[in-house]
Amino acid sequence: MDLREKARQLLESGEVKAVIGYEKGTMGARRPVFVKKAERADRLVLDGDCAQNLATYLTRPEIRKLGRVAITAGPDALRAILQLMAERQIEEENLLALAGDGTVELASAQAIEEHLALAPKELPARDRELLERLGKMDRAERWAFWQKELSRCVKCYACRNSCPMCYCGHCTMDCNRPQWVPVASHALGNLEYHMVRAMHLAGRCVECGDCGRACPVGIPIHLLTFNCEESVHQQFGQRAGASSRLDYALSTFRPDDKESFIR
Amino acid sequence: MAETFFLPQASLDALFAALAKDGRRILAPTDRDGRTELNPVASFQEVAADYIQTILSAKEAAFPKVERLMTFTLGAKAVDLKDAEPHAEPTVLFGVRPCEASGFGALDAVFNWDTRDRFFNARMEALAIIGVGCTKKDDACFCTSVGGGPGSTRGSDILLTPVEGGFLAEVLTPKGRAMVALAPGAFQPDPGLEKKVVEVPVAFDQPGLTRRLKDRFEDGIWMEQSLRCVGCGACAYVCPTCVCFDIVEEADAKGGHRLRTWDSCGGPMFTLHASGHNPRETQAQRWRQRVYHKFSYYPERYDMLGCVGCGKCTRACPVDMNLQEHLAEAAQA
Ligand code: SF4
Ligand code: SF4
Ligand code: SF4
Ligand code: SF4
Repeated sequence: MDLREKARQLLESGEVKAVIGYEKGTMGARRPVFVKKAERADRLVLDGDCAQNLATYLTRPEIRKLGRVAITAGPDALRAILQLMAERQIEEENLLALAGDGTVELASAQAIEEHLALAPKELPARDRELLERLGKMDRAERWAFWQKELSRCVKCYACRNSCPMCYCGHCTMDCNRPQWVPVASHALGNLEYHMVRAMHLAGRCVECGDCGRACPVGIPIHLLTFNCEESVHQQFGQRAGASSRLDYALSTFRPDDKESFIR
Repeated sequence: MAETFFLPQASLDALFAALAKDGRRILAPTDRDGRTELNPVASFQEVAADYIQTILSAKEAAFPKVERLMTFTLGAKAVDLKDAEPHAEPTVLFGVRPCEASGFGALDAVFNWDTRDRFFNARMEALAIIGVGCTKKDDACFCTSVGGGPGSTRGSDILLTPVEGGFLAEVLTPKGRAMVALAPGAFQPDPGLEKKVVEVPVAFDQPGLTRRLKDRFEDGIWMEQSLRCVGCGACAYVCPTCVCFDIVEEADAKGGHRLRTWDSCGGPMFTLHASGHNPRETQAQRWRQRVYHKFSYYPERYDMLGCVGCGKCTRACPVDMNLQEHLAEAAQA
């Protein structure tokens, strides 16, 4: 059985209301598609060019309204799904993840966890290299690197809106009573936006890289959140997207914490 | 009538030097870190050798992403308001494509609709455009479907078309003639060169689309089309004709500034009322607004389109919302 056939079956039997997957787009790219009718299932494709993390759609009101959906999910999307479950944003019973070649059904958080345990997270070589380069820089050099990169940011928010973990209905960036972060795309506004975003994703980023891929001007913005994710991992031993039952390191505390200021 | 010349490749540095000597900044597409973007250049060597388009549009030259409109200081008894002066540096845009050059027309329609916007106009007056016709295109381009073309002279002061050994130069406006006068030696008589540009097939019937939109407002098509849109502003921010802005103030206890910054109708905050009501609550309504603004309201109000078919939105969109494809679908009966 292939993905298209699986999708047809799921839609015909009424098990799901839609299949979220990829189809062919402009210039051979892959893009998201929402298949609601069995006869449209032959649009679906699943191959190495399908990069986007489709889990970002699971928290959207338009998609939630559809009912139970199936979603083709590689390891990054599966991690995002677990993290979203841990944050109580999606429910197990509304979701069927189609893993592997698109025919492996993962219907529960436990099934996803077991499936993921087989595939440890590996960063793409390009990101690894750039992270290493950044790691070797001293503070001043790193500061200069990000100042230069962020100077090109136009504050379009494609990075935020593409991210599966940026689901807040009302984002700090959009608050204007009071306004926390300058709206304008100038040096301070850009810096504050990206600092706040990185902090909000520390320990929650599933390292899919979608924010960086989405950036129209090509800022490797995902490296900021990767780095914060790594810090939380080192400090607290947690990994985002490892479990659907996670007490988030930055919002919990233990009475026996080794830091004394907390008591 | 346009005067045509031959501009040899070897004369371009002389032209750039003459423009610089006249105190003008030259902005041109450059290749930096694998990205084609507009940057100030000093010589023709710095101009990208091979590009279809820059990622961002040239609109920044007249409508920057942030512009200071006024400054205020809080005194003991009164507030002191000061108008900001437009920062209008004499600028030549070199190497923008005909679609982008004509995009300034759509900005002009809004900024001079009733009040004449002094910031936009000051920058436009200081701006001259040397466009370069296209010998290459990609699947996102659809200029010919919206009344433009890869060799269109609209919006350019001088339009260059690549030919063997240099460019065919069509000098179109007084600003164009002034630039020729600065470097008269650079321009040679036209030996009867043929203007050849790439072919861009017409993708959809635009007048038909505009008519069709009249009774398609409540159609389910907008919901279907917009499902994958993540509502970021990338399409609007890269667009040469998107003109929406936000007015914000940045202040401390002593005073501050009023700024105008780019904005996008694709975001949920754009139409949120102080009451809490939002007339464009769903992404479908916001996507529909984008299409209607450019293809229904613009023709109605300004007798032109709010889109020049450059395809920048399609290239920038993280989820490949291919505008041309969506318009072709909406144009169908
Ligand atoms: S911050 Fe970027 S890399 Fe991390 S989950 Fe969001 S989109 Fe993916
Ligand atoms: S996507 Fe890129 S340009 Fe847009 S806000 Fe994010 S970093 Fe800035
Ligand atoms: S809507 Fe898209 S194609 Fe039309 S002018 Fe704007 S960026 Fe170009
Ligand atoms: S760039 Fe694409 S996803 Fe973002 S608002 Fe525009 S159409 Fe929607």
